Amino acid sequence: MVAELGHFALILALFVATLQSVIPLWGAQTGRDWARDLAAPTAVAQFLCVAFSFGALTYVYLISDFSVQNVAENSHSLKPLLYKISGVWGNHEGSLLLWVSILALFGFLVSVFGRDLPPGLKSRTLSVQAMISVGFLLFMLFTSNPFLRLFPVPLEGNDLNPLLQDPGLAIHPPFLYLGYVGCSISFSFAVAALIEGKVDAAWARWVRPWTLLAWTFLTAGIALGSWWAYYELGWGGFWYWDPVENASFMPWLSATALLHSAIVVEKRDTLKSWTILLAIVTFSLSLIGTFLVRSGVLNSVHAFANDPERGVFILLLLVVAIGGSFALYAWRAPDMKGGGMFRPISREGALVLNNLLLSAAAATVFLGTLYPLFLEVAGGDKVSVGPPYFNATFVPLMIPLLIALGIGPFLSWKRGDLFGVIQRMRFVFLITVVVSILAGVAVWGRDAYALVGLAVATWLALATIAEMMKRAGWPKAGLTGTWRRLWKLPRAAWGMSIAHLGVALIVAGATGASMLTLEVVNSTRQGDVIEIADYEITFEGVREVQGPNYAAVQGVYTARKDDKTIWQLFPEKRRYFATGRETTEAAIESNLWSDLYVVISGDGTNGAYVTRVYHKPLVPWLWLGCALLIVGGFMSLSDRRLRVGAPKRSQAKGNMMSPSPTQAAE
Amino acid sequence: MMRRLPFILPLVLFAGLAIYFVFGLQRASEVGTEFVPSALIGKPFPEMNLAPLQPNKPGLKTADLKGQISVVNVFASWCVPCRAEHPMITRLAEKEGLNVIGLNYKDKPEDARNWLDELGDPYMAIGIDRDGRGGIDLGVYGVPETYVVDQEGIIRFRHVGPIQLRHLEDDILPLVEELSQ
Repeated sequence: MVAELGHFALILALFVATLQSVIPLWGAQTGRDWARDLAAPTAVAQFLCVAFSFGALTYVYLISDFSVQNVAENSHSLKPLLYKISGVWGNHEGSLLLWVSILALFGFLVSVFGRDLPPGLKSRTLSVQAMISVGFLLFMLFTSNPFLRLFPVPLEGNDLNPLLQDPGLAIHPPFLYLGYVGCSISFSFAVAALIEGKVDAAWARWVRPWTLLAWTFLTAGIALGSWWAYYELGWGGFWYWDPVENASFMPWLSATALLHSAIVVEKRDTLKSWTILLAIVTFSLSLIGTFLVRSGVLNSVHAFANDPERGVFILLLLVVAIGGSFALYAWRAPDMKGGGMFRPISREGALVLNNLLLSAAAATVFLGTLYPLFLEVAGGDKVSVGPPYFNATFVPLMIPLLIALGIGPFLSWKRGDLFGVIQRMRFVFLITVVVSILAGVAVWGRDAYALVGLAVATWLALATIAEMMKRAGWPKAGLTGTWRRLWKLPRAAWGMSIAHLGVALIVAGATGASMLTLEVVNSTRQGDVIEIADYEITFEGVREVQGPNYAAVQGVYTARKDDKTIWQLFPEKRRYFATGRETTEAAIESNLWSDLYVVISGDGTNGAYVTRVYHKPLVPWLWLGCALLIVGGFMSLSDRRLRVGAPKRSQAKGNMMSPSPTQAAE
Repeated sequence: MMRRLPFILPLVLFAGLAIYFVFGLQRASEVGTEFVPSALIGKPFPEMNLAPLQPNKPGLKTADLKGQISVVNVFASWCVPCRAEHPMITRLAEKEGLNVIGLNYKDKPEDARNWLDELGDPYMAIGIDRDGRGGIDLGVYGVPETYVVDQEGIIRFRHVGPIQLRHLEDDILPLVEELSQ
């Protein structure tokens, strides 16, 4: 019964979404206010229907109703509660329902929190958002209905892949979806602006917080996925350039560009058509990512069961959504008048550079991900170009970006004084050189590229701190004055600086993980000692451990440093009963500077196990940096300017010491 | 019109991409068309002598291929499809008893060793091809790729992409059967 109600709510949602996509738009175009104002109530109704449907699916999972095919295929009555819930989106149909729910959620949020939006923009945006919903609801109802019944009813379900039964992975998809489905709202704003033919500072001020919200969730989703790969896959890698990872990384790069170009539209009323294009491209990349992951066009280990039939449907959706919006763009965008002029050396110029490099990076990842497809069409099969390609193309684009990122926030709008800025930054430069030399001594003979990574990270971190100091009045205001002003800076300024610091930490962490890792592999017997970095690690033996649905051999290791025992590590080798599948659980201990990562394998013939120990310097910074990006995003979102909607330029900004750069590039 | 050109560009690019996707989907729904004839089929395996990856096993030396039927598999630890085909490669070596030789393509040797530690090492011999020169000689498109080489050292079969059960049953095993008579 509940399943049928859920199914019915989904059909109802389709009808409501259809109304929402037509009537408000027609009302806005023809000046009929009653029709235009239907946008908000229909958006709320659509969300309620979809949310009910999602609740219904969750319910049948919770009570393990195996008469529903989806539940029977992906759940098991003995599965822990968390994985029963995460089972809802651990499969194609359910994850689509999550997709649609988040799409409707964003429409709902705009209708509730967008009270002050210009009514024309609001209703057009919600109409466009509903068009996307219609496409996906049709897709679900016709090809991927999660509520199908199964007869005869099986007694027990099939269970979820044990690798996926992990807390990190359970909450990773909702964040990821909040991120890349959230990009739909910037897309809808862009298309609405094209239909209306008006893009102004107010538009940018509205688009930015929504983009920022989606971007922050996307960052969290990607970081969680990467973290899962790091501790679960057992070889300490954190990024594999897998098509599924790339599918979320491309919209991230393009959303990052969008965040920055929207600032230019907001502050300077220029770069409009480019910003619109980026908003369209960002969501298009999310759609293409969805298509690639689900159609079987590309191979990946964590892709859902692929089905070319569904691929045709998604391709159709792609063509309508992306092709349609690009056509609209080609038709309407040329009429948009740019506002303020600027010199190449200026804050705008720096943001344009940021956009160019980020777009080039996104294009690089796009090509690398799709190369196998092009090849396949030319007669090959599924292959992977892998990290050699990405390291050779992506990394060189990031280095100038990161260097410029240090300088950009110092430049003033319209016309910057590069020479003056460089002079002001000479201390930053000097300290970077000193730190790099120290780092060079520390990593001497290991990897020259590592030095580049560390130098760039240091530069960016110092430049970010220096910019913050300068903004707070340093050196004129003196130490106490600067300190006091620092806390009064707008939250958006804090958000920017925190996020940029996060980037610096990520660069350092990634450098440590990929280039400075030490590793020792030994066959060990009880009492054997492995020496790595400053640690002595003693293998104390193994013990048998029973888990809820697996049995494991657990190694016991003691890590000593300077003759003091600091850690006990317990890596496991698990064997799951149901599938007989073996997984390794690494044991990781970390301090602020490095991770110690221990993996046990081998079958213990003659008491010998293979022990792999990694010393991974700076890796904790990688996760800290991701956390800072997320904190920075939320910090910037909580800025007063964004909370109150589209107000007049805030007064506080006029009073600052240095007139130009105070209007932050948040 | 010229002024409008840059605005039309995204649409044109996307149209091109969409056409590729259509072909890609067609491919994905077809079966058995994934066979890529290589220019090297019927030709001797190119001359190479690659250093061994594992301390207890030889490297890849063209001269060693003669005298038995060999399967040469191009793999890398960074390659996701390689992970997918690994059980098939293992089966070729362990169950079918073939002389399976690995060419470790553009990889860090320590990464490759770890990868094999984790998944198991079915290869009789593995050559390190760190700079990809061996791959160039073979005309490797991407990883993984698999070649069947006969007793005379002549390449008889090439497969681009992960080996799946059907390739094993429909192509490789019948060919080996035929060659061994």
